Amino acid sequence: MNELLDLFLTFAKMGVMTFGGGMAMLPILQREVVENKHWATEEELVDYYAIGQCTPGIIAVNTATFIGQKKRGAIGGIVATLGVVFPSLVIISILAGLITNYSHLAWVQNAFAGIQVCVCVLIFNAVVKLLKKSVVDKPTAAIFALVLAGGVFLDVSPVWFVIAAALAGIVLKNLEVKGK
Amino acid sequence: MSVYLRLFWEFFKTGLFAVGGGMATLPFLQDIGQVTGWYTYTDLMNMLAVSESTPGPIGINMATYVGFTVGGLPGAVIATIGEVTPSIIVVLIVAAMLKKFRDSRLVNDAFYGLRPASTGLIGAACVAVVLEVLTSVASQTPEGSIVNTFSLTGTGLFNWPGLLLAAVLLVFTNWVKPTKKLHPIVFIAISAVVGVVFQFGRF
Repeated sequence: MNELLDLFLTFAKMGVMTFGGGMAMLPILQREVVENKHWATEEELVDYYAIGQCTPGIIAVNTATFIGQKKRGAIGGIVATLGVVFPSLVIISILAGLITNYSHLAWVQNAFAGIQVCVCVLIFNAVVKLLKKSVVDKPTAAIFALVLAGGVFLDVSPVWFVIAAALAGIVLKNLEVKGK
Repeated sequence: MSVYLRLFWEFFKTGLFAVGGGMATLPFLQDIGQVTGWYTYTDLMNMLAVSESTPGPIGINMATYVGFTVGGLPGAVIATIGEVTPSIIVVLIVAAMLKKFRDSRLVNDAFYGLRPASTGLIGAACVAVVLEVLTSVASQTPEGSIVNTFSLTGTGLFNWPGLLLAAVLLVFTNWVKPTKKLHPIVFIAISAVVGVVFQFGRF
């Protein structure tokens, strides 16, 4: 089979099987990419996955691009990414169309009102989980608190917080080194 | 500016600046809705719920859903492509100098600041969403409701049945061993049923 088509289809399959976000993808990637296709070694995959979390954007997409480019260069990276997003495009577009058609029904509105409460809790849980990983000392706690307050009370694009935080990280780490 | 061009640009920015996966795009999507008026917080909550309950990475599902809401199928495609374009560019560059990137002190230092900031932004999104859903700070109570299942509800500041459901969910997703490992879709489905049975749309 054509290699690019194989990349597209393999990652499309992983797009369907990923249920709930990039983190859920690692075991599936291990089986497909390392064991079945031999496109990357276990170590490479763990590296890609770790760096995929440290580059902007969706983790699943970043990892797909890494593996695709390793196999077939830039085109491979693009094809693998298109593969990962393809199932989402199809499924969500169909669902979005359906929901729009039925959204005037009382029971649909009631169901979503209940679901919204659940989403609040899910986001809250995500924040708590991330807190444990990202707030490791006093300076990171301060950055978290400042950005949280800024996000709630200021009408500023999140972009500026991200840029400021990256700079703050660099400055704080350099001060720390000098302090020693 | 054409709506499609705007859509691409907004999602390009999201893909470039949202660090740490799908949930990290949420504050950006809130900001887009607020600035453009394309959708409300409540719309976004519904989209997030659907995105969590369907196959595919959450971040991509949300981009597709928002794009579809704004501009139909072409909108869905354009928003999704907009969101992944910066990822592809950045990853291709990083892949070319993998070792250097991984060992770079500058990158590590920047991420020392970026990680808590990303959490802070999602935290702020969480506060906005909780205010919207669980209090009447931003919403109106419809008049002439039939029998109130929860006698405390009505025109108060808080959505009491919502708060009660949230408290129960919080316990079951965090502290009850047999249920806390369950996939979010289970809790979403249960909440939908509770919403229908107790007519949550009224609150």
